[in-house]
Amino acid sequence: MILTALILFLLLGAAPASPDAVDVPTIIFDHIGDEYEWHITEWKGKAIAIPLPCIVIEDGVHVFTLHHAAEHGYTLNEKGKLVNADTGKRPLDLSITKNVLALIISSLLLLVIVLWTARWYRRHDALKEAPTGLTSAMEALVMIPHNIARENIGEEDYRRYSPYLCTVFLWILLNNFLGILPFFPGGANLTGNIAITMVLALCTFFTVNLTGTKHYYKEIFLPDVPGFLKPIMPVIEVFSAFMKPVSLTIRLFANMLAGHIMILSMVCIIFIMAKYGPALSGGMTVVSVLFGVFLDALECLVAFIQAYVFTMLSSIYIGLARQHEE
Amino acid sequence: MSLVTPEFGLLFWMVLIFGIVFFLLAKFGFPIITGSVDERSAKIEQSLKDAEEIEARMAEWKVEQAKLLEQTRKEQSLILKEATEAKARIVSEAKAEARQEADKLLAQAQVQIQAEKESALRDVRREVALLSVQVAEKVLRQELSDTGNQRAFIDQLVDEAAQAELHS
Repeated sequence: MILTALILFLLLGAAPASPDAVDVPTIIFDHIGDEYEWHITEWKGKAIAIPLPCIVIEDGVHVFTLHHAAEHGYTLNEKGKLVNADTGKRPLDLSITKNVLALIISSLLLLVIVLWTARWYRRHDALKEAPTGLTSAMEALVMIPHNIARENIGEEDYRRYSPYLCTVFLWILLNNFLGILPFFPGGANLTGNIAITMVLALCTFFTVNLTGTKHYYKEIFLPDVPGFLKPIMPVIEVFSAFMKPVSLTIRLFANMLAGHIMILSMVCIIFIMAKYGPALSGGMTVVSVLFGVFLDALECLVAFIQAYVFTMLSSIYIGLARQHEE
Repeated sequence: MSLVTPEFGLLFWMVLIFGIVFFLLAKFGFPIITGSVDERSAKIEQSLKDAEEIEARMAEWKVEQAKLLEQTRKEQSLILKEATEAKARIVSEAKAEARQEADKLLAQAQVQIQAEKESALRDVRREVALLSVQVAEKVLRQELSDTGNQRAFIDQLVDEAAQAELHS
């Protein structure tokens, strides 16, 4: 974050006479949103960006980079999405956007780290020696969701669900931290994107509701309540079952998004204050850098807490669905 | 607002990529790690329990050992005492026996001495008697060589015999 601040500061220094007001919402939404190319920085007025393939399916598959969108008959609408240049309609857009590239990179990173860790256990006898370095750190991290699963799902069948919870926990944790990193390959706001959190929450939803016990479904549809509540309870229970993934989605998405927005706002203050003279802007720069450092530290905490909370709630939901008749 | 409407493209890629990641990690990653760690923690727990048990047993052994040691010491002192007693007894018995033996020998010696003495005395008496007879014979032969003396002697003998007759 400090690096970003410095880079932006240098950029601003390159054009100190610019009288334009800083368009804060645009800057922030550009950062937290998605793009068709990975904009890294600007150098001497030219954008430095990684071009990404746009993949559009509409009467055939079109693959092109953003620069050549017009040749294929597509253009960006006011929201920055590809639309058909003639009809103005959104095609089926499977582009490898900035978020998708970040998704691929972070997933590969996670695969490499975890499989590397697993390789150690394959090659060593864990009963005779303890791992060192990355492996031991990963072991500690992997055991967090594993133990959550044991506590909330029960000794009987937590092993079935532990791999899912481990994947979810480490995936969210890694992407939260990559999101805090201000430079490539971090900086994408992946866990603050509702599509991503929705998929994660739906995974939990399907895991809960497709592997529930008879007792769980009985509690939903034929709960043991007084007669006049009998028709009402199933409605409430079904509603609550569907609200669980929604709350999971919104919680992770909103927390991570808010963190990104707060940090970006802190950085933007520096540029807003630039036109009010050196004294004021210098003072505010110090303040916002200090706040930025504080918020970054807070975000590191939140990154962990949100991954933990998502895993914890998922395991509790699964645990509730795995209860047996007493 | 696009922030809260999920983008289909991203949804598609997320499902695909997360699915692959989950499949690979659930198959080749996490079960191996968690299994090994679980096994190890189970082993550690078991080892701790074993150690505790052994410690308890050791303490038990220590108590038993101390008891045994004390018992041995008691037995030792008992044996020593008995040995001392036995020694004293044997010594005193030996002494008594020796004394008895000595007494017996002494008594035998005395008896023998007495016997010797008596036989010696008897011999002496016999010698003396023989000698006195021989002396008397010689005296008588000298005195009775003349007839006057023979007569006087016979008279004396008769007197003495008569006196003896009177006395009895």
